[in-house]
Amino acid sequence: MKQINYIIVSILFSAIFVILYLSLGNEKIYDTEDLVGKKIPEVEINLFETSGVLNTKEFTNNEFTILNFWASWCAPCRKEHPNLVRLSKITNLKMVGINFKDDKSNAKNFLQENGNPFDILAKDKLGKKSVNFGIYGIPETILIDSELKILKKYIGPLNIKDINEIRKIVKK
Amino acid sequence: MKKKIFLILFFLITFESYGYENLDNQILKNLRCLVCQGQTVHDSNSEFALTIKSVVKDKISEGKNEKEIYDFLSEKYGDWILLNPPLKKNSYLLWFLPYFIFVLGIIFLFFLLKKTKN
Amino acid sequence: MSNYFGNYSLCIALILSIYLIFKSYFDANSENKNLDKNYILITSIQTLMILISFVSLVTAFIISDFSNVTVFNNSHTLKPLFYKIAGTWGNHEGSLLLWINILVLFSSLFLFINKNNDKDFKILTLLFQNILIIIFLIFLLSNSNPFSKLFPIPLEGLGLNPILQDPALAIHPPLLYVGFVGSSIYFSAALAALISKIDSKSLAISIKPWVLISWFFQTVGILVGSIWAYYELGWGGYWFWDPVENSSLMPWFVMTALLHSILVLERKIGLYSWVIILSILTFTMSVTGTFLVRSGILNSVHTFASDPSRGLFILSFLILMVFFSIYVFFKFAPFENKKYSIFSKETFIIANNWFMIFFLGVVLIGTLYPVFLDTITGSKISVGPPYYNLILAPFLIPLLFLMTSGPNYKWISNETKSFFNFVLVLSVILFLITFFIVKESSFLLNLILFFSIYLITQTLFDFYESFKKRNINISRIISHLGFGLLIFFIYINHIFSLENNFNLKLGEVKKTNNYVIKFNNLEEQSIKNYKSVIGHFNISNKKTLRSQELKPEIRLYDKPVIITYEASIDSNLFSDTYLTMSNISETNVFNIKFQIKPFMNFIWFSVLLLSLGGILNFFKRNKNETN
Repeated sequence: MKQINYIIVSILFSAIFVILYLSLGNEKIYDTEDLVGKKIPEVEINLFETSGVLNTKEFTNNEFTILNFWASWCAPCRKEHPNLVRLSKITNLKMVGINFKDDKSNAKNFLQENGNPFDILAKDKLGKKSVNFGIYGIPETILIDSELKILKKYIGPLNIKDINEIRKIVKK
Repeated sequence: MKKKIFLILFFLITFESYGYENLDNQILKNLRCLVCQGQTVHDSNSEFALTIKSVVKDKISEGKNEKEIYDFLSEKYGDWILLNPPLKKNSYLLWFLPYFIFVLGIIFLFFLLKKTKN
Repeated sequence: MSNYFGNYSLCIALILSIYLIFKSYFDANSENKNLDKNYILITSIQTLMILISFVSLVTAFIISDFSNVTVFNNSHTLKPLFYKIAGTWGNHEGSLLLWINILVLFSSLFLFINKNNDKDFKILTLLFQNILIIIFLIFLLSNSNPFSKLFPIPLEGLGLNPILQDPALAIHPPLLYVGFVGSSIYFSAALAALISKIDSKSLAISIKPWVLISWFFQTVGILVGSIWAYYELGWGGYWFWDPVENSSLMPWFVMTALLHSILVLERKIGLYSWVIILSILTFTMSVTGTFLVRSGILNSVHTFASDPSRGLFILSFLILMVFFSIYVFFKFAPFENKKYSIFSKETFIIANNWFMIFFLGVVLIGTLYPVFLDTITGSKISVGPPYYNLILAPFLIPLLFLMTSGPNYKWISNETKSFFNFVLVLSVILFLITFFIVKESSFLLNLILFFSIYLITQTLFDFYESFKKRNINISRIISHLGFGLLIFFIYINHIFSLENNFNLKLGEVKKTNNYVIKFNNLEEQSIKNYKSVIGHFNISNKKTLRSQELKPEIRLYDKPVIITYEASIDSNLFSDTYLTMSNISETNVFNIKFQIKPFMNFIWFSVLLLSLGGILNFFKRNKNETN
């Protein structure tokens, strides 16, 4: 009786400790990985310049689309901007920039200073539309295919590794 | 027998009705602020929290109920945003284990006390 | 200079620990029945060394000695003196040093004060305690040395988080440490008891004072933490079921269970092995809590600087500790065949233990489940207050009921007690009065209110009875009364709390159902290390015509750059008025959160009452022994 209890207790604690040990390696920063594989919703977003709107359904006309959420007040956005310019050179990749909770003239200046990599420029003044895409901070970038399926989601500024990853997916 | 059923139903129906929170606050208190360290959307003043507060307000005025709003947000941000873990395949153990342990304990105590029926 | 003192004294303490371990190991098996006087000498020197190292660190903080890395990282010349001192334990290295201090202090106190005459028991306790001390000293010296040097010596420190510059938060860690590090001594004593085979009464008498002390400090430590959260964090709440809060609560459950089980043990009725298990479990939960908090695997508002390498060390220590304890327990635990009759006090105590372990289990599951799920499946879920409230609340009802009826039963009896008595009738009446005032619709809540009223009434009745009989066993009555009041006021506060969220510009007025809130003035101030914007508000109650002035603040600190929102709280006997404000960026509009929180002071008072019972028992015990 004692022996069995001893074994059971030892096994139980061993299992718990193994899991705790493995937990030390867990990813700390939360990312919305769940969304990869799902489709982005068909919603209307406001265009930047005019008072018109565009429906995300239109993105089905593109082979691949990048949705980049950015703002002039965001320092990491500045850091990733050259990488976005690099991406814009890819032909079958459409670049959509969504200006997030920003002032129009500041945004324009930002693009003038750093270059405009976007084929389409949109804005989300209140940040509410971005919730539909699972955005919780900027910069964030979403890569979708012609069926509006999310292929990749990047939280934080894009680095060279991310650019190469996107290139590989898009060139196939 | 009827009385028992009535009591059980009564108990279950009035199980959750405490606190006089309006729907707005009630939902916001159940949402985690994703960019904060351990705060609800209701208590946070971060940009993200303010956006979510605004979105929830819109959804309520559109007539969505509590569950629909939680479903919408967890679909976009994952279950981590919900402070009340939904009953899903990956949380069955979470919700049932406590009751299971309690019953186990009662059984164990029963045997402990059964030793002396003198 | 202090670095030298610190390092050398720690090394000496380490050497002494090694010596003590070897000496006690060999002495434990010897025929000599008397305790060698050298133990007292060595332990005293060891204690002195450890205190010197602690004082050295405090001194380094006071004089802002930035050649010390810990002081550099956590202090600043502009910090007020009180917070410079508190900064000593407000960081990982310093708190670890505090941890070791308490381990050593309790070790020597146990040796000097303990009335138990069994030499082997005392020596083995010393042995195990010193093993703990050595492991922590090695960890400190190799990984987290508070006396690391910095060169060239910087002119200014990096400053401490302003949120941590608060009196309640300054004393909160030392209080909790006496609580859960103090449990180390009865952890060691439990293992020693198994091997030296001391009897029930001996064991009970030996560990009871230590359990009482650690329980008392743990209770007060948790209370102070909650008070701090209420006054400082600005959300109006005092408990969030945050993983760090849970880590302090879990040992508390075990300590409470242990406290009650000792009562059975000292009357030689049983529970010997169970008391051993609980003693081991308390310190285990303390170390587990420390692991969870410092390893960084949990997401919490109380971010202690986290580091996976520290987590690994603490986990390894935890594993060693647990498996060693399991081995010793199964090898040495006596076989008991106690019988317990159902209608006796000891059964009710066993039931109390059952509830405490159950609550421990729920909090442990809630805290660890997200971590386990993430590791095993990669999906992340949150377990927040709704989970704990939903699961724990219903179990308060049977617990309150058992607390009310249990104490009236006798030890080792089979007498049933009449359920219908004067106290029950009075409770029903009081409850009905409450019900008509409160008008709460939830059946569950009403049950909780009724049973807490029942407990309060019964304990007050018991108090009156014991006063009449001049019986001095009031510690149980006071603690149980405190618990009943606590549950009662927690729920009343929950039901009657009011909250209103609105936007206001300077000069505007907001009218709610019962209150008129005027935004009268905006003041800007520049203090030592922050700038603040203070809102002057007048709140008048339409019904009582009472007028209050509240001044919430928005503070911008410069080292490091942090914005904090300071709540303005007008605390009265029966209710607190709570106001916070934040500004909406790029506008002159402020978002105001206005709350009424009734009976907060009664909640704090109830916990004090709860802990008072424990301290009374400690002093009563002392009196009994000198008789």
